[in-house]
Amino acid sequence: MEIIQQLLNGLALGSVYALIAIGYTMVYGIIKLINFAHGDIYMAGAYFGYVAVARLNLGFIPALILAMTLSALLGIIIEKVAYKRLRNSPRITLLITAIGMSLLLENGFRLIFGPNPKPFPELLKTKIFHLGSLRINNIQLIIFAVSIVLVIILEYIVFKTKTGKAMRASSYDIEAAKLMGINVDKIISLTFAIGSALAGAGGILVGIAYPRIEPYMGIMPGLKAFVAAVLGGIGVLPGAMLGGLVMGVAETFTKAFISTKLSDAIIFSILIVVLIVKPDGLLGKQIKEKV
Amino acid sequence: MKKLKNLKLILGIVVMVIYSIFFVLIQTGALNPYYGQILIVLGINIILAVSLNLVIGFTGQLALGHAGFMSIGGYTAAIMSLNYNLPFFISLVIGGLVSAVIGFLIGMPILRLKGDYLAITTLGFGEIIRVAVVNMDFLGGPRGLAGIPKKTNFTWVYFITLFTVIIIYNIIRSPYGRAMLSIREDEIASESMGINTTKFKMMAFVIASFFAGIAGGLYAHQFMFLDPKSFDFLKSFEILTFVVFGGMGSLSGSLMATTVLTYLPEVLRTFAEYRMIIYAASLVMLMLFRPQGIMGNKEINLVHIKEFILCKLLRKCKKKGGAFNVTIEG
Repeated sequence: MEIIQQLLNGLALGSVYALIAIGYTMVYGIIKLINFAHGDIYMAGAYFGYVAVARLNLGFIPALILAMTLSALLGIIIEKVAYKRLRNSPRITLLITAIGMSLLLENGFRLIFGPNPKPFPELLKTKIFHLGSLRINNIQLIIFAVSIVLVIILEYIVFKTKTGKAMRASSYDIEAAKLMGINVDKIISLTFAIGSALAGAGGILVGIAYPRIEPYMGIMPGLKAFVAAVLGGIGVLPGAMLGGLVMGVAETFTKAFISTKLSDAIIFSILIVVLIVKPDGLLGKQIKEKV
Repeated sequence: MKKLKNLKLILGIVVMVIYSIFFVLIQTGALNPYYGQILIVLGINIILAVSLNLVIGFTGQLALGHAGFMSIGGYTAAIMSLNYNLPFFISLVIGGLVSAVIGFLIGMPILRLKGDYLAITTLGFGEIIRVAVVNMDFLGGPRGLAGIPKKTNFTWVYFITLFTVIIIYNIIRSPYGRAMLSIREDEIASESMGINTTKFKMMAFVIASFFAGIAGGLYAHQFMFLDPKSFDFLKSFEILTFVVFGGMGSLSGSLMATTVLTYLPEVLRTFAEYRMIIYAASLVMLMLFRPQGIMGNKEINLVHIKEFILCKLLRKCKKKGGAFNVTIEG
C-alpha cells in the first residue's frame, strides 16, 4: 500500500517535472540549446502567481492564466534579446549565454522580491480524500488535472494545427523549413512561448502544493527536468513526459525508502546509467553521425 | 634559437620580478590582507581555468564537473593534513592524485559520450560527488570540515600556478596536445588518421582533474574550512565562465579573463545587491558581442607584443601583412 501511496505522490511531483521538461525538449528540438534559464522561468511563474494571488486577489484559474501569459512573454523576450543573435554560433556560446540569463533572472527576482522565501498564499483549502488506505489531496488532483489538460492542448497544437506542423518541420530540418517558406523566427518564438508557459504553470502548481517560493527555487527542479528530458530522449515530446514522471517517482521512492539525502545522487545515477546503456534516451531515435 | 633563449630569459625575469613585487607588498603589509587573499583566490582560479581549458578549449569536450574534482582534492588534502600530519606539498599531491584517479574512473564510461550529453553527465557526476561528500561523516558531512591548518600562502600559490600554466602550455605544444587539438577540430577525421581519441580525451580529462585537485587542496588550506555547498555546479559554471570569457583554446585569454572576473565581483561589492546582476548581465553581453571570448583561440606571447609595439606604436613594420595581428579587446 505504501508503495502505491508513494507512486501517487511521485506522479504528482513527476507531472510538474514533465511540464518543465517539455519546454526543455521543445527548445532543444528546434535550436539545439540547453536552455538553462528554463528552470528560472518556472521560478518566475511561481512569483507571477504569487503577485496575481497576493496582490491582485485573483482566483486559481485567472492566476494560472496570468502566470502562464507572463512566463510566455518572458520566454519570448529572453529568446529575442539573448539567443536570437547567437543562433549560428558554437553551441557552447549559447550554453554560456543561457547560464548568464539564468543568473540574471535569479538575481533580478532576488532584487525585486527580496532574498527571503515568501509564503505562497493559500489559494485552495487542502482536502484529503481517502480511498481505502490511500490518501490523496485535492491539490495533487489539481496538479494531475491541470497537467493533463495542458498536455492535451499541447498535443493538439503540435500535431493537429498548421503551426504545429511548422514546428515539427523546423525541428526536423531548420534550413529546409526556411526554404519551404516557414517563418522560422516566429516558430522559435512560439516554441519558447509555449515551453515557458508550461514551466510557468508548473511554477504556480508547485507554489500551491509546497507553499514557499524563493528566487533560487528553479535551479534543482530545472536541472531535474532537464535530466528528465534527456532520460526520455531529448527532442521527443512523449519522452519528456515519460521522463518527468519517471524522475518524480524515482525521487519520491528514494526519499521514502532509501534516504532523503541521497535522492539527488540517485537521480543523476539513473541518468548516467541510461546514457551509457542507451544514449538516445528511453524514446529517442538513434541518429548515426555522418562524416 | 638564440632569440628564443633570450625570450625565455626575459620571461623568467618578468615572472620573478612580479613575484618579488607582490611578495614584498604583502610582507610589508602595503597590500592589505584582504587583497592578499584575493590574489590567492586568483591563483587558485587560474589553475582551475587553465586545466579546464585543456579539456574544453583544446580537446573540445564540454565537461561541467570541475568543481567536483576540486572538492575531491580539497577534502583529500585536508584529511591528509588533519589526520596524518603530512607535509603540505605531499598532501597537495595526494589530493591531486586521488582526484586524477577518480577522474580516470569516471572518464572511462562517460568520455564515450559527446557534446551536450557529456556536459550533463559530467554535471551529474559533479553533483554526485557533492552528495557523496555530504553523506560521509568523517568528512564533516553537511556541516563542512573545519580546523584545516592554514598552510597556503602567496609563494605556494604563485609557483604552483606558474607550474600549472607551464605544464599545460607544454602539453599543448607537444604531439599529445596536437592530437587533442585534432580531436577538437574533427573527432571522426582524427580517429581515421589513427589517433586513439579515447586515450587522448582521457589524458586531458585526467590531467585536468589532477590540477583541479591541487587547486582544491590550496583552497582548503587557505580558508581552513570546506563546505560541500561551495563545490556545487554553480562553482563549475564559474570556472567554465573563466574559460569561455578568455576564449576557448587560449591560455593567455584564460589568465586575463580569470583576473578580470575574480576582481570584478570584488570591485562591485560596493553595489552590494546589484553586484550579481551586473556580473550576469556582463556575461550575457560579452557572449552577444564577442562570443569567441577576449582572445578567441589566439595567444599573446612576447613575439606578438614586440611586433605589436614595433608595428603599431613605433610604425616600424618588419614586413607587410605580418602573420601576427593581435588586438586586445574586451
